[in-house]
Amino acid sequence: MNCAEIRLLLHGYADNELDAARSLELESHLKTCPACADQIKSLRALKSALGQNALRHSAPASFRNELRRSIRPPTQEAGAGLLQSLRFWKSLAFGATAAAVLILFARPPGPSSADRFIDGAIAGHVRSLMPGHLTDVASSDQHTVKPWFNGKLDFAPDVKDFAPQGFVLVGGRLDYLDGRTVAALVYRRNQHPINVFVWPAAKERSSTLHMEQRRGYTVINRETGGLHYCLVSDLNEKELTELADLLGR
Amino acid sequence: VSDTEQQAHFERLVMPHLDAAWNLARWLAGNDHDAADIAQEACMRAFRFVGSCRASEGRSWLLAIVRNTAWSWLKKNRSQRLVSIDDDDFTEIEDQSSAPSSFSGADTEVLRAALNALPVEFREALVLREIEGLSYKEIAEVADLPVGTVMSRLARARRQLQDAVKRKEKV
Repeated sequence: MNCAEIRLLLHGYADNELDAARSLELESHLKTCPACADQIKSLRALKSALGQNALRHSAPASFRNELRRSIRPPTQEAGAGLLQSLRFWKSLAFGATAAAVLILFARPPGPSSADRFIDGAIAGHVRSLMPGHLTDVASSDQHTVKPWFNGKLDFAPDVKDFAPQGFVLVGGRLDYLDGRTVAALVYRRNQHPINVFVWPAAKERSSTLHMEQRRGYTVINRETGGLHYCLVSDLNEKELTELADLLGR
Repeated sequence: VSDTEQQAHFERLVMPHLDAAWNLARWLAGNDHDAADIAQEACMRAFRFVGSCRASEGRSWLLAIVRNTAWSWLKKNRSQRLVSIDDDDFTEIEDQSSAPSSFSGADTEVLRAALNALPVEFREALVLREIEGLSYKEIAEVADLPVGTVMSRLARARRQLQDAVKRKEKV
C-alpha cells in the first residue's frame, strides 16, 4: 500500500473500525513513515477536539416538556363505551326520545371511559397542531383527499369541502384514536383548525349530537350514515355544531 | 398496540435519546428555531411508528427519522444552499495525497463555525461519528449510505474541516 491509500485507512484506524490484520499492517507502516505518523497525530487531535462536550447541543427543557405534553397518553377504552355512557347520561337527563337536542352532560365522579375518550380526542387534536403534523395529504380538493384514504382504512370516509359555508377543507391524515386507526379530516374556520375524526359507527341508526367543552376545546360526537364523527376545535359550540350538521347530511 | 403501550414504548426506546435527536437536528438546521420544528416533527413521527422500532436500535432508529425529516426540511426550505458531493474513493485518495494537512488544536468557537460551514453531508457524518459516537455501520443506517462509503466520507469531511479551521485562524 502506498501512503495515499494508507491515509484513507488511517481514518478507519483512528475510529477503531479496521480489522486486526489491517491494523497491524498500518501500525508497522506508521513506525517507518514519519509523514503518516504525523497524519495520525493530527487526526487524533481533531477527533478529541470534536469530541468535547461543548459542541454537543442538549435538548432544551421547553422542547422536552412540549413533547411530553403532546404525547400524553390518550388512555381510553373501546368507543362503544363512550356512546353507552353518553346515552346513559342523556337518558338520565332528558329521556331517550329527545332527538336532535344538544346536551351537555354532567360528568360522573372519576374518569369514565367517555371522559378518557374525550381527552384522547383533544390530545389527538393538539398533537396535530405541531409543525408539519396537521395533514398527510394537504389539499382543499375533496377529490384529492378522499382517494388518498383508499387502501389505508377499512372504510371510506365521506370527504366534502364546505368552503361556501365557511369551513375550508385543508386536508386529511391518518390518526389513532380510541384503539383504532381513524381518518382525520382537517377543516379551517377563519383561523381555527378543526379536526374531524371519522370511523365506522357502532350502529347504523343516526344518533343525536353530543357536545362537551373541556380545557378550552369543544368536542362534538355524532353518529350518522353509519359513521361516527368526532369534531374537535377551539372554535365555539355554535359554529362547530354547524359543521357537525353539514357532515351529517 | 394500545395507547398506553405506545406511550410506554416511546418512553423506553425514544426518550433516552432525545438529546441525540436534538443535537443532530440542531447541527443540520443551524439554529434553535428550525431545529425545534425538525425535532418535534421527527419525534411525533417516531411516536406514531414506535411499534416498528426494535429495542436494540432505539438510537439509530430515531436518528434516521430525524435525519430524514431534516433533509426533507432542508430540501424544501434551503434547496439553493444544498450542494451535492460525490462519494468516490479515488477522489479521496487524490485528496489525501495532496499536501498533508495538520491539526494540533483549535478554539471551540472556530471549530463550531468551521463545522457549521461544511456541506451538510460532511457535517452530518462528523456529528454522528465524533459527537454522537456512532459506529460506521450505524452511520450507514442513519445517513442511508453504503458502509463502505462512510470512511471515505469521514476522511473528506475531516480534511475539509481542517482546511476550514486553518482559513478561519488566518483571518
